[in-house]
Parts: sequence; C-alpha cells; structure tokens
Amino acid sequence: MSLSTSVIIAIGLSILAYYVAPRRVLFLTNGDRRSLSALPRQYGLSAGLNVFLPTMLVAFIGGLSGYGSEMLPVIVIVIAIAMFVWSIFQTRPDFRARNNAERLITLFLIGASAVAIFTTIGIVLSMLFETMNFFRDYSWTDFFFSAEWSPNFRGNSALGILPLLWGTLYISFTALIFAVPIGLFAAIYLSEYAGPRMRSVAKPAIEILAGIPTIVYGLFALITVGPFLRDYFAAPLGLGQSASSVMTAALVMGVMLIPFVSSLSDDIINAVPQTMRDGSLGLGATKSETIRKVVIPAALPGIVGAILLAASRAIGETMIVVLGAGAAARLSLNPFEAMTTVTVKIVSQLTGDTDFASPETLVAFALGLTLFVITLCLNVFALYIVRKYQEQYE
Amino acid sequence: MSAAKNSLLSVDAHTKKRNAAEKRFKAYGLSAIIIAMLALAVLLTSVLSTGLNAFRQTYITIEVPLPETKLDKSGVRDIDVMKKVTTIGYNPLLRDGLLVAIEAAGITTELSNKDIGKLISKEAPATVRNHVLANPDVIGGSMTFNLLASGRIDGYFKGRVTMESAALDGNTSPEALQLAQDLKDAGLIQTRFNWHFIFAPDASDQRPEAAGLGVAILGSLYMMTVVLVLALPLGVAASIYLEEFSPKNRWTDLIEVNISNLAAVPSIVYGILGLAIFINFMEFNQSSPLVGGLVLTLMTLPTIIISTRASLKSVPPSIRDAALGVGASKMQSVFHHVLPLAAPGILTGTIIGLAQALGETAPLLLIGMVAFVREYPAAYSADAGLFGEASTALPVQVFNWTQRADPGFVERASGAIITLLVFLLIMNTIAIILRRKFERRW
Repeated sequence: MSLSTSVIIAIGLSILAYYVAPRRVLFLTNGDRRSLSALPRQYGLSAGLNVFLPTMLVAFIGGLSGYGSEMLPVIVIVIAIAMFVWSIFQTRPDFRARNNAERLITLFLIGASAVAIFTTIGIVLSMLFETMNFFRDYSWTDFFFSAEWSPNFRGNSALGILPLLWGTLYISFTALIFAVPIGLFAAIYLSEYAGPRMRSVAKPAIEILAGIPTIVYGLFALITVGPFLRDYFAAPLGLGQSASSVMTAALVMGVMLIPFVSSLSDDIINAVPQTMRDGSLGLGATKSETIRKVVIPAALPGIVGAILLAASRAIGETMIVVLGAGAAARLSLNPFEAMTTVTVKIVSQLTGDTDFASPETLVAFALGLTLFVITLCLNVFALYIVRKYQEQYE
Repeated sequence: MSAAKNSLLSVDAHTKKRNAAEKRFKAYGLSAIIIAMLALAVLLTSVLSTGLNAFRQTYITIEVPLPETKLDKSGVRDIDVMKKVTTIGYNPLLRDGLLVAIEAAGITTELSNKDIGKLISKEAPATVRNHVLANPDVIGGSMTFNLLASGRIDGYFKGRVTMESAALDGNTSPEALQLAQDLKDAGLIQTRFNWHFIFAPDASDQRPEAAGLGVAILGSLYMMTVVLVLALPLGVAASIYLEEFSPKNRWTDLIEVNISNLAAVPSIVYGILGLAIFINFMEFNQSSPLVGGLVLTLMTLPTIIISTRASLKSVPPSIRDAALGVGASKMQSVFHHVLPLAAPGILTGTIIGLAQALGETAPLLLIGMVAFVREYPAAYSADAGLFGEASTALPVQVFNWTQRADPGFVERASGAIITLLVFLLIMNTIAIILRRKFERRW
C-alpha cells in the first residue's frame, strides 16, 4: 500500500466521521436537539477534524522525513481508524463539540504560522552545518581574506571570497547609481506633479517592470544590452571585448530596481503630511523648493530604508548576473570587464556533478551563509528604519 | 534702485532663477519616468522581436520512399526486428526523396548530394521512423511527409541567417540557401505556425529546430499545483492566526519580524535550503516538481501571508462585533464573516504570489532542474511517487537554452520567455479582474 492510498482512505474516514457523528448524537437523544451541548454540525466538525488533522500531520512529517517509509502507510491507517473509533465514542450529548473543534482549528492555525519560524531555522541550519564542514577542510582566514578565487576539482583550490564580494558590491553599487535617481525622481513626479491621467498610465507601466521575472532581464542583458555596450562603448573606447561585463549587469539590474525604489519611495512621500507642504507653499516657496527642502528631508529616513532594501535585493540577485556579468573572478576597476559575484559562484559550484565531501562544493554553502548574513543585516536595518519612520506621523 | 526693476509686471533675476530651477526639477522627474517607460519598451521589443520567430517553423514537404529491402528485410513486420534499423538507416531515404523532389521541380544546384541532405533537420529521420514503427503497413510504398528543415534553413527564412553569414558558416553555404529559396518558390518549403514548439519536449544541442517547451510547461504546471495546494491553506491559516487570534507577545513579534525578513531573503538561499534539506537530507528525487514546488512554496508563503493579512485588516471591526454580538464564537465570526469578505483580496494576493513563483529561476537551478529531460513527467508513478519524476520548468528551460552554442537557441529562449510572459499576463489579468469585480470598499 502506498502513502497516497492510505491518505485517501484517511480523508474518506474523516468525511465519514463528519457525517456519522451528528446522526449518532441525534440518535442518542432520540432527535431532541435541545439537550445537545452544541449544534449537530459541530459534532461532525469535531469528529472529522479529530481524524483529519493527526493523520495529515503524521503523513506529512513522515513523508517529508522519509523515515519508516514501508511502515508509514500502515501507521497512517491505524491512526485514522483509532481516531475514528475514539471520536465516535466521544460523541455524546454532553460533549462540548464546538469547543473541541475550535481548539483543534486554533492548533492548526498556530502550526501554520510556525512554518515561517521553521523555514528560517531550516535555512540557517542547512547552511551552518555544511559551512562548518567546509571550514574543517579549508582555513577560514584564507576564505575571508584571500584575494584569489580559482577552484580546482583535483584539489588545492584557492577559494578566497574577496574577488566575488568585490564583483557583487561593484555591480550592486553601479546598479543603484542608475536606479536610485530614476526611481526617486519618478516617485516624486508621480506623487507631486503628475495628474490623474498621467498617474494611471505611468504607475502600472512601472509596476509591470516589477512583475517581469529576473530571467527575462537576464536574457535581455545577454542578447541585447551586452552586445550593444561592447560594440558601441567598450570596443571603441578600447576597454574590453567582452559582452558580459559589470556595466551590462548593472544597467539591467538598475532597470529591475527602478520600480522597487519608486514604489517604496512613493508610499513614503505620500505619508508626509499635506500640512507640511501647505506651510512651505504658504511661505512662498516654489513646488520644487518645497519638495527639496521640506518633503525629502522629512521622508529621508524612509527613503534610505528603501534604498537599503533595494541594495539587499541587488546583492542577492542571481539570474541577471549569471547571464550578464560573466564568470571570471577578478579584482578590477574597469566596468567593461567581466566579473563575477557570490550568487554566480553559488550556482556554478552547486550545479552539475557535485561531490558533497570536497571543499569546492561546500564553499557554496559558506558563500550562501555570507550572502544570507549580509542581506539579513541590510533587511533588518532597513525595516527598522522604515517602521520607525512610518510611526512618526501617525 | 529704479522702480522698473522691482515692478510686479516684470520678473526679476532671482525669481527667474527660481522658476528655472522649478522647471528643471519637473523635467528631471518627467525624464525619469520616460527613461523607465523606455526601458520597458526596449526590453519588450527586444524579447518579442527575437522570440516571435520561434512560433513559426520551416517545413519541407517531400515524398519519402519506404522500401521493404531497407526497412524490414525479413518482411514479417516484426516491430522488434524493425527497430534495429536506426535513424541512420532512414537518412538516405529522406535524401533520396528530396533529390527526386528537386529534380521533379526542375531545380538545378551545384551542391553535392550529401550537402543537399543537410537541408533536412537531423530530427526528421526520427519522425519518419516513429511513423513507420507505428504504422508498419506503409512499408513498401512511399509517403508524403512534412519534415523539419534544418536550423540554418529555418533561420534563413526568418532573417537570422543571410547569404553573407552563410558564407562564413561551416554548417551551411550560400548555395544551400539558394536551393532552399528555389524549393520555397516551387512550393516545397513552407513556414507555418509551430505547435511543436509549445508541446514537444526539448531536443539536443545540434537541433534547435526541434526543441519545444512541452516538458517545461508540464513541470511548471505541476509545481504551481504543489504551491497552490500547500501555500494557500498554510498562508491563510497563518495570517488568520496572526491577524485575529494571536496575543501580542514576544513570540508573535518574532514571527512577524521573521515573515518580513523571509520576504526579503534572496531566492537563491531558498535553493540552498531545498538542496540541503529536501534532496540531501530527506532524499527526494533531484529535479522533481515536488521539490521545486516545496521550495517555491516556502518562498511565496511570506508574500501570501503579507497580502492576506492586509485584506483581513481591511475588513472593518464592526463586522466582527456584529457577529460576536449575536452570539457567534470568535472562530465563527472569522470563518463565517471575515474570511468570505476578505476572499477576493486573498485570491488576488495568491495569484500574484503564484506568478512570482512561476518566473523564479535561481532556486530551481540548485535542485537540479537544469537536467536535460525528454520524457514527459507523469503526475504520479509507482517508483517516484507524487510529482516525483524528473522535469524542467519554463524559466529554467530559458536559462538552459541560453547556455547552448547553436544561435538557433537564442530564438527558442526568447520564444520561451514570450510563453512565460503570456502565462504571467493571464494570471495578473485574472487577479486584476477579481479585484475590480469583488473588492469592496468600506
């Protein structure tokens, strides 16, 4: 018997319990509804949930962990039958069925909200263990402070994170240089100047940019932006012959970040009270003076938070840099040269043939943990600033 | 100081400067929006112009002789014996058919017979072979087939390959293109809509003309099913607890901070989680839609929770109070009154979360969905279990094709992107319609 058959049987049993329990309790009182402790339907609900929730829990956890896979279907059936029999016996006129059903539902709700905690624990643990394995084989000082990255699957690799971090930060910073002014000005124009018609066209158009998957941006970098920059900028200026470069990835990533910056800043600018604008305008300031000297300073903490969130998004971005930035680990200042990032190397070390005993594969987990810590710090800091600011004018 | 200088009717230098600054500032804002819209336009045109060609395909119509001496020497039509004739055995038959067709059309060419054979795709012999094995009684006669033209010929009719580029290309020549043009004029080559691209499985490195999205679409569909079945109930349950029941204490604060952080964790980190926990620790099948769906579920859960909480929050407290006032329990007030009123918002948020999951690539690369898969994955099989068979996904297929050498695959990758964008467009349109139609303002 397979797990899915026994799960279907268990679901069938819980539906049966849902229909049998009300009939039984009405039979016990000879159809007198007034002597029941709850509506007959609640008896059904309680009995059905009694069977359904424990069996699903066991089947799901057992199925995920893969333990006792031969016995599991049998265990599920046994639990289902036992709970069925028990809940039918439990169904008596003086049984507080609704309270029982609601207690079970609350437990399920709590369990569901704990999934978020388990996910975080899973993320941290999964990377922590393999990272510890990695540092057993490879010295952590070399990992964090060596400027050479040349993995070699026969051993003796140099696995220094510095060139990868340099590429990541260089690309993210350049992308933000494009995205922040454009996104910020777009947000200012949309919230302060644009009429309703302009808003109704421009806002959805910018939001479309946010809904496009990153692989599309990656392909755009690969087939359009990369060759264009090479043929019209890099090659004539003598700066390089490579289509994949820091500039390619950064330009495209900048486009990706525009809606991110603009929608966050839009919310924050709109949260600045109208009275502050009116006060400034009343003193004779022009609209742009009001924005520059009153609105922006008031919104500044929130805008900084938005930029930090955008930076964290840029640092963790994968597909654009995989397709646009190249694979060569390099410490260079030339923006038209191919460079690589932490995320690109995580992908390249973990796809294809991987051997989970070699440091060349395990380094990906150390890279992942580094990435996670960096983005986590940025996020926590940014969310703290944004939240603190939002409360300011409420 | 003269009176004219300070007149209300003429603007002084300082005001002029301030007004100019105002105009400049406004122009900056407008140009920022124009740049953003321009970027969107360039992006879409670039993808559409290369990708739309993938939906048309060039076919050669020829009559292929199917002699018994070559295909079934024994003459007993035993399938197992006939299978011994590989596609290499079918190759010369196709070439003969094409040569006859060229002669009949009165076209002359300087190409060698071998080069003429190269006009036909390497996939075509397999097409003919499969047809013969399925219908053994066609052997002995001849049959008209619509066969795929090779990638370069296909590219010529779509403008990707020109006479100049062909002269430098080892795989084709200007003469071959000329011959193809003559065949087209004679009506033997047509370019038609390419259903094959949407339904066929992937093809190997050498034959971009045969590559299709069938397996990838199926894989994405399976993963979306997993995400919907798991993420919607879990997300809604978690939001109901956090919004309606949870006491305000440290524990719920922790969960809240956690969820907003999880929403901003880079997607590739979820891929590492999937690889370490679902594949290495729990030993699920690599590249299976089940693992992909689980990873994407964990990834979209925060999005769904955040949007569900927003729509629960927008239901006014008077609804809850009224329900409680007539004697409903807290649970009944939530499930009978608040949840139905919040349902349109929840659905909209879920569809947007699904759309995000559909386009996600990076975590799927790490759990092995880049593998080359030609078999359509079954939803359930006895060996692999539910959604356990190897598969790919739409965005990963795009990535996969960009990594291949043949330029024909660039067109395929852009075509796959168009397919992906069409799916996203449909999902977002449904979300917008739902929101317009059912959303209530209080």
